[in-house]
Amino acid sequence: MAEVLVLVEHSAGEIKKVTDELLTAAARLGEPSAVVVGTPGTASKLKSRLAAYGAAKVYVAESDQVDDYLSAPAVGVLTALVESAQPGAVLIASSPDGKEIAGKLAVRTGSGLLSDAVDLADDGTATHSVFGGSYLAKSKATTPVAVITVRAGSIDAVEVQGAAAEQAVEVPAVNAGTAAKIIERRPIEGGDRPELAEASVIVSGGRGVGSADNFQVVEKLADSLGAAVGASRAAVDSGYYPHQFQVGQTGKTVSPQLYVALGISGAIQHRAGMQTSRTIVAVNKDPEAPIFEIADFGVVGDLFTIAPQLTEAVTKRKT
Amino acid sequence: MNIVVLIKQVPDTWSERKLTDSDHTLDRSSADVVLDEINERTVEEALKIKEAGEGEVTVVTMGPQRATDAIRKALSMGADKAVHLSDEGLHGSCAVHTARALAKVIGSLGDVDLVLAGNEATDGTIGAVPAMVADVLGIPELTHARKVTVEGRTVTVERETDDAITVLQAELPAVVSVHEKINEPRYPSFKGIMAAKKKPVSTLSLADAGIEPSQVGLANATSMVAESRPRPSRDAGQVVTDEGDGAAKLAEYLIGQKLI
Repeated sequence: MAEVLVLVEHSAGEIKKVTDELLTAAARLGEPSAVVVGTPGTASKLKSRLAAYGAAKVYVAESDQVDDYLSAPAVGVLTALVESAQPGAVLIASSPDGKEIAGKLAVRTGSGLLSDAVDLADDGTATHSVFGGSYLAKSKATTPVAVITVRAGSIDAVEVQGAAAEQAVEVPAVNAGTAAKIIERRPIEGGDRPELAEASVIVSGGRGVGSADNFQVVEKLADSLGAAVGASRAAVDSGYYPHQFQVGQTGKTVSPQLYVALGISGAIQHRAGMQTSRTIVAVNKDPEAPIFEIADFGVVGDLFTIAPQLTEAVTKRKT
Repeated sequence: MNIVVLIKQVPDTWSERKLTDSDHTLDRSSADVVLDEINERTVEEALKIKEAGEGEVTVVTMGPQRATDAIRKALSMGADKAVHLSDEGLHGSCAVHTARALAKVIGSLGDVDLVLAGNEATDGTIGAVPAMVADVLGIPELTHARKVTVEGRTVTVERETDDAITVLQAELPAVVSVHEKINEPRYPSFKGIMAAKKKPVSTLSLADAGIEPSQVGLANATSMVAESRPRPSRDAGQVVTDEGDGAAKLAEYLIGQKLI
């Protein structure tokens, strides 16, 4: 069975859960091999979880240089592994960094790039949700190796024990003339809420929220649900909420288990970013709001009445 | 400073977008097409850098003949000239071949100092082509820039993604892709629109650009779309009107679905 490489997404010594999903998807195509690119000591912290999600092998590529560059170390490691291990595919998270690494790897190895897959079949066919989810397309690489980026949250991770046999590999030295150097990193203050891309529940507010202060209503419901907070473009453009939380065509595309839309009309641009959510519920004053056309459950009413009541109901249920 | 701006004409995100039934490529005729919104910001940034010093802004695009509208928009904002790679043989090209073709065109423009692009097109949303072009050219890429500073031969970028702001630095030549937050693009002035009509646009065929037909196009693509269909529309679910019990009913629904 061909090896399938999975680039491990991690930060601050912890695995991001999309990695579990990538390993599960990789097992459909062949034998999953996790590739850890990090500073010395990284892989030992991640190994047990990689084993728990089925990694047969763990390639350990560690070097102090890794923190100085964004994509170059991972691209170097994966390019060398594509040559030495001849995998059937390389799976990478469809994050901004992952997409960049995947693109460069594809160009270097002349491999087909399948971008932002939401599902993967055992023959290597990737399903894509395009135009913000209004179209489904299936694609396949025509090359010996496929480089596939997979959208977080779209594959259900399955726990299955793998051997996680370690194998050290070299991090090729980065040619400074061809890679930008990282001179500073500032983490974004996301607070305690989950990231939009990784959240299983998202509560979003739209123009109907009316002001930046009123967004507290959205945040309180989100916190009761352990959810991430999102915002429609209209809310962001009106200055109610920061841009990095924008869901929609020009913001993030999300597919959580539950999406709660508060005061969002559901313009095509917003639907493009959330219509693949497993369950959608909406609260809006306007019974004609297009969000109700795609909501599994909708309430016509005032969000300032309903959201606090729902927050209370959720909180009560938890205690 | 010679600045190249990569632009793309895309279906308007406010219109209904489709793939063609025949070969699953973008149906460019079904929707209104526009200069991608992020590219207005890309052109704006190029103009700002030029205006802060001196130089020339060359717009480069690959696309069907109709893409001249997007080129004119960029020129009317103030870009100086344009190169349009347009050939039937490019239809259906994969991302890898697209990046190589764009790099080939950029490489033929002489000494280019800076290549600016949008971070992700709204139609393909691959979000990797600028980095891929940089890789083919063998120069650094600084992506998702919300701020760009060029001092002498050094370019510094504030890169914004979900988890971090990263400050990146490289020596020119380099590729920079811009983030939506970078700036507010100017509107073309009447004078700009008139002037754009006289600005030089050179249209290159594959042969003109020195690109082998076997290195592009649908038949040679490194990836292919085997099928496509509109997503079955989501059925509207239950809608209730709040009469004091709206929240309770919503909670009941969520409990029934085991979501809370």
